[in-house]
Amino acid sequence: MNVIQEIDYAAVAPVLIVALAAVGVLLAGAFELGARWLGWLTALALSAGLAAVFALVPGEVRRTFCVPETLRGDGPESCSYVVDQFTLLFQGIVLAAAVVVVLMSLAELESADVPAGEYYFLLLCAVTGVLALVAARDLVLLFTALETLSLPVFALVALKRYDGRATEAAVKLFLVSVVSAAVLLFGISLVYGTTGAMHFDRISAASVEGALEPVLAAGIVMVVAGFAFKVAAVPFHFWAPDVYQGAPVPVAAFLSVVSKAGGFAGVALVVALAFPSHDHVWGPLLAVLAAVTMTVGNVMALRQTQAVRLLAWSSVAQSGYMLAPLAVGAEHIGQGIGATAGYLAFYAVMNLGAFAVVHGAARASEENLLVDYRGLARRNPLSGILLAFFLICLAGLPPGVMGLVAKVLVFKAVVTGPVLWLAAVMAVNVVIGLYYYLVWAARLFAPGTGPMLPSGLPYRLALGVTGAGAVLLSAAPQVLLQAVFPTG
Amino acid sequence: MSTLVHLLWLPLAAAVLPFLVPASIRLDPIGFGRVASGFVLAMALVQVAAFDYGEPSRMQQPMDVPWIPAIGVRFHLGVDGISLPLVVLTALLTFLCFLYLGRQEVRNARLMTALLFALELGMIGTFLALDLVLFFVFFEIVLIPMYAVIAIWGGEGRRRAAHKFILYTLLGSAALLAGLMLLGVGAGTFDMVALAESQGMRIARGAQIAAFAFIGLGLAVKTPMWPLHTWLPDAHTEAPTVGSVLLAGVLLKMGTYGLVRIAVPALPEGARFWAPLLGCLAVVGIVYGALACLAQTDLKRLIAYSSIGHMGFVLLGIATLSATGLNAALFGNIAHGLITGLLFFLAGSIKERYGTGDLAGIGGGMLARAPRLASVLAFASVASLGLPGLAGFWGEMLALVGSYRPGAGLPREAFVTYMAVAAVGAVLTAAYLLRLLGRITHGRSGTGVVVADVRPAEWASWAPLIVLVVLIGLWPGLLLALTDGPVRALIGAGS
Repeated sequence: MNVIQEIDYAAVAPVLIVALAAVGVLLAGAFELGARWLGWLTALALSAGLAAVFALVPGEVRRTFCVPETLRGDGPESCSYVVDQFTLLFQGIVLAAAVVVVLMSLAELESADVPAGEYYFLLLCAVTGVLALVAARDLVLLFTALETLSLPVFALVALKRYDGRATEAAVKLFLVSVVSAAVLLFGISLVYGTTGAMHFDRISAASVEGALEPVLAAGIVMVVAGFAFKVAAVPFHFWAPDVYQGAPVPVAAFLSVVSKAGGFAGVALVVALAFPSHDHVWGPLLAVLAAVTMTVGNVMALRQTQAVRLLAWSSVAQSGYMLAPLAVGAEHIGQGIGATAGYLAFYAVMNLGAFAVVHGAARASEENLLVDYRGLARRNPLSGILLAFFLICLAGLPPGVMGLVAKVLVFKAVVTGPVLWLAAVMAVNVVIGLYYYLVWAARLFAPGTGPMLPSGLPYRLALGVTGAGAVLLSAAPQVLLQAVFPTG
Repeated sequence: MSTLVHLLWLPLAAAVLPFLVPASIRLDPIGFGRVASGFVLAMALVQVAAFDYGEPSRMQQPMDVPWIPAIGVRFHLGVDGISLPLVVLTALLTFLCFLYLGRQEVRNARLMTALLFALELGMIGTFLALDLVLFFVFFEIVLIPMYAVIAIWGGEGRRRAAHKFILYTLLGSAALLAGLMLLGVGAGTFDMVALAESQGMRIARGAQIAAFAFIGLGLAVKTPMWPLHTWLPDAHTEAPTVGSVLLAGVLLKMGTYGLVRIAVPALPEGARFWAPLLGCLAVVGIVYGALACLAQTDLKRLIAYSSIGHMGFVLLGIATLSATGLNAALFGNIAHGLITGLLFFLAGSIKERYGTGDLAGIGGGMLARAPRLASVLAFASVASLGLPGLAGFWGEMLALVGSYRPGAGLPREAFVTYMAVAAVGAVLTAAYLLRLLGRITHGRSGTGVVVADVRPAEWASWAPLIVLVVLIGLWPGLLLALTDGPVRALIGAGS
């Protein structure tokens, strides 16, 4: 009996490139290669991964790690790793965002007392995890990939040695993460126990006895809750502000975009592919999560005085917007996922841009209070104006058309489904969001003194890439949306 | 490619260009602004020349290309008899603002030029856009430059005024966006022409009422409608002259234009539901504005409050939902833009000469000290109070006629009452403007300061407004012929 699998190496190329680069960077670090070199190597490897993703775009849907025909019985093909439109889109977002995070890290590692080899190794490991996660089509690979993403992040947060705040943040992140992993695993075991399957296509096809339905429902709730932690959805959000503030700013940016992308991909995959017939369970659950998350995030963001904490709470709120379209139920989930993915892609650009400037400010002043941003547009015109633009985009107000389009996408998706009330909650939240983003943006132009931002090639590159992206996507949002809705 | 694009890229390029010029080339930003805004005005006049007056209700020079197909948003532009006068008004006032800035020392002139062009881009775009999302984008582009103009070049209380302005308008924007989404998603299209043609057939009555409430709220903040007006007096008083002129001359019109263009035709049931309330608030605004004017001691503040009254007449015209009323509203829009633009120019010049905007501080006897300035002020004031034969008369008179015969399905008794109260408001308007003239143009000269009379740059920026006020006052058919066709098409009445 032939149980040896054939592996489609082209399909797994992005993951392989990044994983190999991780090992390479670790070794190079051990041989004392300079931090700057390691950084550029990492960026290069991620770009190579991105190129591999682009190379896969024109081809057919690729499946690998399938159940061999001899073992398949009369069940479906059940491939664990699938490269389709969804996978490529998320891999593209993740890799592009990771490149920007590396550019920010280059500046960070110049000054901070952090071992560069280990830092980039951990970063690449985490990226490997997300890349595998978005391609996973069975619960085992999904969980393994999620842990590959999570474990390096604890270490990344704590990597600033002898820094009490970073250590505290890492411990907090670790505890919440472990608990949520346990919840997720328990949920998976319940799902497996009731359906007898691990692959999404088999779970959705499985017929469950009536008496076991509640058990499966509990399993679904637990699986969704496990991912809710990753996207910092309320009530699993408590770690976010402390961890963002304690961690090095590039790591916070990583958490708010790359790691979060993994979480959303995970939720979208399980609800759309594994549990489409149980949308009466996860639909209302996600709707409530989304509503509470955006409201709590926005209300808390109103009271922040520190830049990174404000971004942390605002990113909690943004998670709420991105969860909302997934709550529309199985019938419209395709559109919902498109809206979430589109929002995530826009959010990645504007949030990373904001983080890039905030990182510059964090290097100039340890405290990084919002009042220090007074007059930034006069001291550093380009940084100030771009930060204002990113904030206006995040608020969703023209001329930040990008953010407006993202909100329209989500709004349109939400009103197609049975959760119309969610649209009303969202409208109120957009108003609250407008306030704190614009107060910050106005502060940039107010007279006042504060530290000058440091400059340097990596900083200017990170700012340039995100700034150009934001301007381009505001003028022609279709550039990105055609990847999300290829037919529309 | 439609020629309307030139009206958009010219201001955009002019807003960016001053910052791209290398420091070695010494550019006079205001001079550059004069030339560039002159080009925009020329392009607007080309539209006037190319306009087919036989069919004012047809969207002319259309441009319709996909912009964001994923959400069904198109870059759809067009001009008809309703938008053409507003586009010309915008281009004209912006040009006149640059003329007015002519010989003055302007702090940070480069930024001022860029912001004025950004404003112009947003204002013209709002009047040309025929897609709900595109309309919203242009509508909101105006917000930040206006905030900056008030906050940077404003008077003493500028920060507070700018904050108030942005907070009010942002709340309005959020409501507007929610309403536009409800309308667009409910009807299945963002296309304003299609929405107007379908006359709200595809939207249930309840949804229409909700959508009209949101859109109306958003636009009413901008107009502004009583009781959402409180940002306006502060913003006007603190803004620099050019800011006040554009704010009163064009920005306020974006609100009423949106009501006529989007809310009334696309949501007729919602409009019928809310019209009595809208009319009531409009009338309260008229009387309130006039009474508040009687109590003002500051020239700019007085003109600001008078705007609330005049925009009340415009809103009353819209609330009647009749062809006469809507024509009155559109006529009132243009007339108010010309007259109040002129008044704010005058207020700026007077404040600059006397060093104060306080009526007591200015004292009387301006006719003796600066006869030409005082004559222009007297002319603008009597135009504003609605003297027959000048532009201000027709809009208000037609609004009263419209509310005597409101559209089908509206309570006539209520509208006749509104008409009576509004007429009292018109009398009060005459009272405060005559009081104003009595206090500063006539009487004994209060202070001994020598006051310069009208300068050439001022003549250049005021003369076109004076001519137009007389022209459309004597020949209202000029404007009404343009607006009547489209208005009848929009409310679905035969001509």
